[in-house]
Amino acid sequence: MRSTRTIDISTGLFVLLGFAAILFMVTQITNRGYSLKSDSYRLTASFENIGGLKTGAPVSMAGVTIGRVEDIQYDMKLYKAIVTMRISDKYRAIPNDSDASIYTAGLLGGQYIGLTPGGSDVPYKDGEQVIMANDAIVLESLISKYLFNSAATKPGASTPAPAPAAQE
Amino acid sequence: MITILREFVQSFLTFLERVGLLVRFALRLAVILPSGLLRPRPIIEQVYNTGAMSLVIIMTCGLFIGMVLGLQGYDLLTRFGSEEYLGTATAISLLRELGPVVTALLFAGRAGTALAAELGLMRATDQIAAMEIMAVDPMRRVVLPRFLGGVIAMPLLVSIFIVVALFGAQLVGVEFFGVDSGSYWSQMRSAVELSDIREGLVKGLVFGVACSLIAVYEGYNAMPTAEGVGRATTRTVVISAVVTLILDYILTASML
Repeated sequence: MRSTRTIDISTGLFVLLGFAAILFMVTQITNRGYSLKSDSYRLTASFENIGGLKTGAPVSMAGVTIGRVEDIQYDMKLYKAIVTMRISDKYRAIPNDSDASIYTAGLLGGQYIGLTPGGSDVPYKDGEQVIMANDAIVLESLISKYLFNSAATKPGASTPAPAPAAQE
Repeated sequence: MITILREFVQSFLTFLERVGLLVRFALRLAVILPSGLLRPRPIIEQVYNTGAMSLVIIMTCGLFIGMVLGLQGYDLLTRFGSEEYLGTATAISLLRELGPVVTALLFAGRAGTALAAELGLMRATDQIAAMEIMAVDPMRRVVLPRFLGGVIAMPLLVSIFIVVALFGAQLVGVEFFGVDSGSYWSQMRSAVELSDIREGLVKGLVFGVACSLIAVYEGYNAMPTAEGVGRATTRTVVISAVVTLILDYILTASML
């Protein structure tokens, strides 16, 4: 049997380690209490439809991840989704006419925001809104559009199908 | 034919008797639980014995389980082109199933056998009888701290196991195969709920109670011979593993 002091110290270490693991699981694996480093700035964009975009999704330019989606809110006045992105300070010089689109990674993959650079010399400032935002492509609206259009162009169709509600 | 039937009935009765004895043993432990908590010193020693001493094996196995999950998950998910879900798949399977179950099996093998052998040897060398003669309750003095030590150590071991395994999967998925480290963690964050973590910890606690109880019961009631100690150790591992898996199904069904 070792001395009681060694036992106490290693027991304390073990218990601390256990609680640190629980703390790590609660704060780092779930979507609460997760924060990005402070050396970053914010951009917002308003979308008609964000599809399955979630907070924490990557924001990328030319496929390189430059930031994360920090917050998603619904604006009751504009009837639009306001997405707040946190962009790393390394990428300060994004032209202020760049546009944002929502893409899907892989066939079933999660959605992310892709920024396409514009031609302006002036970069976006902290908290500025992205000028143009292209919505997520929702598979159902694409399919219904295709179905309705093909029904309308069929010869002998007496009443043309109404235009699909969802616009691109 | 009749002898076979009789033997079957006989063994079923023995089984029932053992279950009854185990429940009585557990109730006795529960009754003396408050008085045992007043004496934390031996409990700390047992947390050291069962928990801190199992740390190395738990962390090693956790790392490799995580690495295997990373490898298998990556191989499966690339077929669908969705390897950014690796974090989600790893985290959920670890939190809900693999973490508690593998830890419990390792716990039964590492700490449970040690408990059973120690108590069995105390029984075989008449130390327990000596305590009874000196009017010291061996249940309170020897069995209860060992049981409580295991119960306290298990959930902590489970969480350490899960965290180490997550980093193991990250090592393989992100470092070796180049899954985006941001998607790995952020997909995990967006999919894992607090209830998943609760499920893992509840399972860990229940398995801890079950495995510790079986270990101290088998050790305490071992036949006082060298063979009896050996048999108690074997039974501890076998019964713990079976009970863990059965309880796992029941708990999963009740918490899904």
